Amino acid sequence: MLPTQPYMVNMGPQHPSTHGVLRLRLVLDGETVLDAEPVLGYLHSSKEKLQEEHTYLQTIPITDRMDYLSAMNNNLGCALAIEKLAGIQVPERATYIRVIMSELQRIASHCFAQGTLLQDMGAWGTPLMYFLYEREQILDIFEMVCGARLTYNYIRPGGVSQDLPPEFFPLVRKFLAEFPAQLDDYERYLKDNEILRARTVGIGVFPRELAINASATGPTLRASGVPWDIRKADPYCCYDRLEFEVPVGQRGDCYDRFMMRLYEMRESLSIIHQALELLPPGEWKAPVPLVIRPQPGDAYAHIESPRGELGYYLVSDGGASPWRFHVRAPCFINLTALRDLLVGHKVADVVVIVGSIDIVMGEVDR
Amino acid sequence: MTRALTGAELAEAIQRSFPSSVVETQREAVVVAREAVRDICFYLKESPELDFSMLTSVTAVDYVDYFEVVYHLVSLSRNQSAILKARAPGRADPWVPSVVPVWQGADFQERETWDLLGVRFDGHPSLRRILLWDGFPGHPLRKDFLEFDHRTVPAATEPQGLS
Repeated sequence: MLPTQPYMVNMGPQHPSTHGVLRLRLVLDGETVLDAEPVLGYLHSSKEKLQEEHTYLQTIPITDRMDYLSAMNNNLGCALAIEKLAGIQVPERATYIRVIMSELQRIASHCFAQGTLLQDMGAWGTPLMYFLYEREQILDIFEMVCGARLTYNYIRPGGVSQDLPPEFFPLVRKFLAEFPAQLDDYERYLKDNEILRARTVGIGVFPRELAINASATGPTLRASGVPWDIRKADPYCCYDRLEFEVPVGQRGDCYDRFMMRLYEMRESLSIIHQALELLPPGEWKAPVPLVIRPQPGDAYAHIESPRGELGYYLVSDGGASPWRFHVRAPCFINLTALRDLLVGHKVADVVVIVGSIDIVMGEVDR
Repeated sequence: MTRALTGAELAEAIQRSFPSSVVETQREAVVVAREAVRDICFYLKESPELDFSMLTSVTAVDYVDYFEVVYHLVSLSRNQSAILKARAPGRADPWVPSVVPVWQGADFQERETWDLLGVRFDGHPSLRRILLWDGFPGHPLRKDFLEFDHRTVPAATEPQGLS
């Protein structure tokens, strides 16, 4: 019999299934992962340092570039932190517009995550195209509202940059009317799909205690059975006035993480429905000076982004630029326990596990 | 709504078990002596009436005279949050104890803080750079890091870690 020995394989940074430039160093015994380590930083662009040279208003477009699949949520978290630091009151209408926008963004982001995960599992092309079709509709809506498809710079300190145009409402209502049926179809095709279940059930189990201890957040944490959602636990904007459920998984495996996103999209639709009904008239932006000079001090604001708790920790020294601008990036922190999820699985499962955590390297590396 | 413990409430809870380690009580946060950080964190996590089971965020701020490490804690069962701070004076070797033995979630965040700010986390199981590469000169988020000469920066080398 031939002697065997463990060997090391680089997966990435150029790899179609690592969603950007994630590089994994895997120690393998045949096909089985013995050890794994993520090697980060290929997309590091020092955004936190960059923010220290910009005024508070100028920090918003830079946050667009972090998690480029959910830029609205990045804008929102940053704006909330600046408002907390500077004591800015936001008009009622703006809080509702913010919620509508961030929930549309959540659907768009989850669509992309679901499509690419299915692509990684070998369902080439078709599911990704269906999900991207849905995402395109939302991007069209965003383009109508703020002129951009990916980097919006829409939610600003004090409100939003401009009011919703009248054409916005019929388009969103059309989307809200059509998407649930599509979602039902996806659920019917995917929920009991034998190939999907074979690839995901019992794979990459994230135990509840480990998920909490490793600071996992978002669908990754909720799939492990922890009903922790910032929108419910610490409501911001107007989430305390809206009714929605927080889906929770049981096993914490890839299947649960996948299904969490499908269920969350449905809840997001319900939130958008309610917010549209309640949308009050009035101002959409408080009069905020172009150059904000908050009192010296610090502030931490967090939101539930599609990937988890997105937090901004800002320190002001009284000047026009933040003294320190720290981003608590959910993708980065969700990778902390990646090794524990990967060890013992096959190489083909690595792709599924990484895909099910749903990382965006722009946010991991910042 | 998550109830944020005020600095006074958290200071009182800490002083019950660590009478002399509270350095300063702020409105929303407590600054503690850095030597006691890990023990205090163990206490905050294990104490049933506090139950801070999750460490949300660890980061540091360069205040020129000292580095301030900021811990955001959250209790999922009680829906409470708290902010703990520790100060590391000096620029040559500022250090605080690592809290990775308490919460695994601190692992990458402490490595990031070491990488970008140069705060050493004493007792971290593998304190290596995470975003920049081994051999990068200095820590770019420090206030005295102004620029570097691209021509003299050594090229990236293979990260050490796995065998």
